[in-house]
Amino acid sequence: MMEHKSNPNNLTEGKIPPIEIKNLSVTYRTEPALWNIDLKLPEGKMIAIVGPNGAGKSTLIKTVMGIVPITAGKVSVYGKSYSKQRTKVAYVPQRGSVDWDFPTDALDVVEMGLYGKLGWLRRPNSKTRKIAKECLEKVGLEDYSDRQIGQLSGGQQQRVFVARALAQDPQIYLMDEPLNGVDVITENTILSILEKLRKEGKTIVMVHHDLQTVDKYFNWVVMLNRNLIATGPIEKVFTKENLDKTYQEKQRVSLR
Amino acid sequence: MVFEEILSMFIGIFTDYTLRYVALGSAILGITSGALGCFTVLRKQSLFGDALSHAALPGIGLAYLLVGTKDSLFLMFGAAIFAWFGGIVTLAITSTTRIKQDAALGITLSVFFGLGIVFLTYLQSIGGASQGGLDRFLFGQAAALIESDVINLGILAAICFAILIIFFKEFKIATFDSSFGQSLGFPTKYVNALLTTVIVVSVVIGLHTVGVVLMVAMLIAPAAAAKQWTSSLKSMIILSAIFGGVSGIVGSMISSTSEGMSTGPVIVITITTILGISLLFSPKQGYLFQYFQKKRQYQKNFDQISTVSNEVKNGVDKKSQVN
Repeated sequence: MMEHKSNPNNLTEGKIPPIEIKNLSVTYRTEPALWNIDLKLPEGKMIAIVGPNGAGKSTLIKTVMGIVPITAGKVSVYGKSYSKQRTKVAYVPQRGSVDWDFPTDALDVVEMGLYGKLGWLRRPNSKTRKIAKECLEKVGLEDYSDRQIGQLSGGQQQRVFVARALAQDPQIYLMDEPLNGVDVITENTILSILEKLRKEGKTIVMVHHDLQTVDKYFNWVVMLNRNLIATGPIEKVFTKENLDKTYQEKQRVSLR
Repeated sequence: MVFEEILSMFIGIFTDYTLRYVALGSAILGITSGALGCFTVLRKQSLFGDALSHAALPGIGLAYLLVGTKDSLFLMFGAAIFAWFGGIVTLAITSTTRIKQDAALGITLSVFFGLGIVFLTYLQSIGGASQGGLDRFLFGQAAALIESDVINLGILAAICFAILIIFFKEFKIATFDSSFGQSLGFPTKYVNALLTTVIVVSVVIGLHTVGVVLMVAMLIAPAAAAKQWTSSLKSMIILSAIFGGVSGIVGSMISSTSEGMSTGPVIVITITTILGISLLFSPKQGYLFQYFQKKRQYQKNFDQISTVSNEVKNGVDKKSQVN
């Protein structure tokens, strides 16, 4: 946070930003989900994406990874297309997006984080297993490695997802509400891990729903409601005025 | 008595020429559909498997109409193409209209099946003694399997298993967490297309034995049974293949004991029995285990409550004694 006091708006100072989005529009059928977004995210920051339901928060991070097709515009990761930078990015999807009844254990899920580096056809091996074990340890779940994932608590499941992202050893973490509905231990574990990563220069982008904690946990914010309302350092941008803009816009749309 | 009968049935597999191929063909079907059915079940696409198998029927009729032979390879090829086509039509309906997947599957299933029946009845009406065998694809006729059929089925099954082993990691991640898989660079589209292809092949293998109508049971039942016993995908697939294979062999043996007992339905009943046993008796997930666990928990709670209430009562008694 400190280093930006001098010149908060010049975020890259000649460096290539981890994520740069130009004139991005995304539509589902005929509904616009994101409209003409221009965005540069700085390196080494904890970045929150906030906005009401249906504002396109999840869509935005999915678009970065090409999971959702782009209607217009361009997304680049460290100056290149995502497909060339895959190993630099880790994705933590919403916990509710998978079936936790799936026949697999915690260690196996974490090991999936290494499938990207393995590529097609190559199999997981003792090396990937070892890395997965270390990452499970980092989130405090070493004793649960062979537990069927449905037998874990919600917070533990979320930590398994974070461990999977750690296994990828990326530069950028794209996380979809990892703190949603988790216990205190999980929240603290995840935050302390992320803070450590941030200090190492990693960039963390997190869809976040709890407005109370935004200024406590993050140092950069993206305020979104289909359009980009505001983005920048928390102390400059996260104002009541911008919040009203972000959350009222939605009401108008839904009343229409 | 019973033991002798069972023994003679087993010996029958090795000595009886017909039974040997029937059992072998059914086992191949059971193993393949058992293994690949795991993905259908885990993706909650059981009805998709049903639509694929029904969609295969017109392919059989058309292949016969065009080529004019009952060579199983041509018929299976036609069946595979139509099954695939049925799958694509379903996807196209859901992605281009407002119709939801369940309705889209219902549309594909019934329209293709209807088309298939039209082809078969047309072939029946133009006569030709040789077409009489085509309606066996409705409910299957394992008893009609001959050596060359079994070899064809074996080759197809081997291809399926080779693909499954090679792309196991990709299939697993696309099934468990497809958008994460996509972010790693395994495009869901391609992985799904490949997986659907092998499932189509396993459906085609089943057409001879259990037919288009009952095929879906061979995809779902072994997998659902296996899921009860294990919490690892690999062992679920292996167990499911074993269940499928065993029910293929046992089913064809049972049906061989009496004249006119159709093999396909008996196989389906066998695998359903295995499923029933699994649902009841498997540890942790089984009905009985959960029932007794609930009862134990209830008893424990009851004991706790009664101890507490006894203590309270005793306390009250003591108090009244003091008074």
